[in-house]
Amino acid sequence: MGYSLPTTAWPSSYGEHARARKGFFTDTSVCIGCKACEVACKEWNDVPARNGAQPAYFTGESYDNTIDLGADTWRHVAFVEQRKALDVDDGMGMSLAEAAALEGMARSEGLATYQDGEGMRWLMASDVCKHCTHAACLEVCPTGSLFRTEFGTVVVQEDICNGCGYCVPACPFGVLDQRQDDGRVWKCTLCYDRLKDDKEPACAQACPTNSIQYGDLDELRERADERLQQLTDAGLEQARLYGADDQDGVGGFGAFFLLLDEPEAYHLPPDPVDTTRDLGGIYRATAAAAVALVAGLTAAVLGGRR
Amino acid sequence: MSRPELGTTRLARRAGSPQQRGPASVGHEGAKTTPYGRPVLKEPVWTWEIPCYFYTGGLAGASAILAHLAEGQGNPQLARRGWAAALAGAGASPAFLIADLGKPARFFNMLRVLKVTSPMSVGTWILSASGVSIALAAVRAWTGLFPRAGRAGSAVAAALGGPLGTYTAALVADTAIPVWHEARHELPFVFAGSAAASAGALATAWTPAKHAGPARWATVGGAVVEVAATQLMEHRLGSVGEPYHEGPAGRLGMAAKAMTTAGAAAIALRGRRSRAAALAGAALVTAGSLCERWSVFKAGFQSAARPDDTVVPQRERIERGDTRGAVRRTSPNGRVDTDKASPAIVAHRD
Ligand code: SF4
Repeated sequence: MGYSLPTTAWPSSYGEHARARKGFFTDTSVCIGCKACEVACKEWNDVPARNGAQPAYFTGESYDNTIDLGADTWRHVAFVEQRKALDVDDGMGMSLAEAAALEGMARSEGLATYQDGEGMRWLMASDVCKHCTHAACLEVCPTGSLFRTEFGTVVVQEDICNGCGYCVPACPFGVLDQRQDDGRVWKCTLCYDRLKDDKEPACAQACPTNSIQYGDLDELRERADERLQQLTDAGLEQARLYGADDQDGVGGFGAFFLLLDEPEAYHLPPDPVDTTRDLGGIYRATAAAAVALVAGLTAAVLGGRR
Repeated sequence: MSRPELGTTRLARRAGSPQQRGPASVGHEGAKTTPYGRPVLKEPVWTWEIPCYFYTGGLAGASAILAHLAEGQGNPQLARRGWAAALAGAGASPAFLIADLGKPARFFNMLRVLKVTSPMSVGTWILSASGVSIALAAVRAWTGLFPRAGRAGSAVAAALGGPLGTYTAALVADTAIPVWHEARHELPFVFAGSAAASAGALATAWTPAKHAGPARWATVGGAVVEVAATQLMEHRLGSVGEPYHEGPAGRLGMAAKAMTTAGAAAIALRGRRSRAAALAGAALVTAGSLCERWSVFKAGFQSAARPDDTVVPQRERIERGDTRGAVRRTSPNGRVDTDKASPAIVAHRD
């Protein structure tokens, strides 16, 4: 079980040691933005504070001072404030009467306190490394430091990493970064150490609303499909799954999401692609240029003979 | 190599310290796709050594080819200087590469594997093999020692020269950075032209004019290819190529074109007769080639910082129907039992 969606090195290279592919399903519709996952991750994985000796760093951009994933943030709870009036968001699929009732109710209950009358919503989503099926970071790593575990996840071996930084611009999600005072790159390990002991990753365990769900990837996908159906049936038609299928540009995410808006509304790419998918073309163009270089210099030597 | 002091972070380096900038945002001004204009991608962490390495690698590769061909043509004056330039380039390259590593002492970890999916891994092996063969050929050319090994080295170095001069283009093209990845078909030619121009210019500068004919041709030909391929690349990139028209990448690119063109013209018109013109032309072409590499390097950073350059082409792909993207709105298994929908979900609406 759990052997669907094989990656390049998993399960084949692990033989009998291969385990079911593990992942996260992050259901942002129940995220309350408490950041328990960020804290639990830092605690368990001993991830240093982001700003080191510097004073606290405020963005002024909603409640989001974590800003992005990086060497020192392996979970990032994005806060996005959207001023979308409840009654004109056609994505809601409500009749005008329904919308008016809702709006009126919100006012009479004193809920529409923010941006008086305009209506607004918060999108909250706990972002994480996607543990891609076709992981660009792993493919471009020149030392083999980034590897595929027996759980089908993508992990940096910190005793091998030499800080070349190639994986940083290779990741289509901007997940990896270099830790400046250390020189190596760091990212989510899906709590590899805890998985080995059949424990759930720290963030999933800490999440109070079950927005972060951990388990076998194929099981999570079924659960996500059910959840999507529930939400659309309940009228929340903006709900969508992100990274839940094999056919996308990275072959499916090991850690995928249920979102309430387009991915870019959460700083995520709508069509992420594993860059090495185009490597054949890149090598062909490079070989052609190399041949042209030799041919051109040969012509120069012949022509320049006086 | 300038790494920030202990405890400071990438973010602080990128956006200025909070004291300087007040409320900090990493967002790109005027971006329309992501909230607060925050980038989707990470900027590379590479520092100044990398564009220098682009130059020295190109110089080494093209010089080796030039020297090998000059040898075959019975032009030892040019061949010897070509091998010296190749050796200098091949010696400086690893130094730059290693200095840029976060853990320089662990450079050798690159040599524990060969991964074809990683242009950096392939390139490290090309560079290592080139270094050894160039050294052998250079020793033979200057001292006459080890004639057999030297001849073999010369042939191997010439064969590896093309890949050595161009693989760095594959390296940057094999990333998610739009301005690099979308230029994957043109960038190798920009680098090949630049390599030929660099090697030609250096050889032109210190080879007696009588023997430097091939070097002058290489300089002029390389310069033409470099400028033309750059032009084509910028044109084909369309709006994703915007970084080449603004900021550091834009300024460096303009300087590169001006200097390369002027230098090539000087060498083509007066390089044979006037020593001063040859020297000035060589200096200009060298500076132009360096600026071109730097412009490409900087453009990658600017491109990564612009979320629209990442998101808009992806959206367009989806809208054209080339791809479905990573989003699915409906359940594939048809409807599921809706009784499972809890009241909490309905309440979630507001
Ligand atoms: S999200 Fe980025 S870092 Fe994570 S596996 Fe995919 S490519 Fe690698």
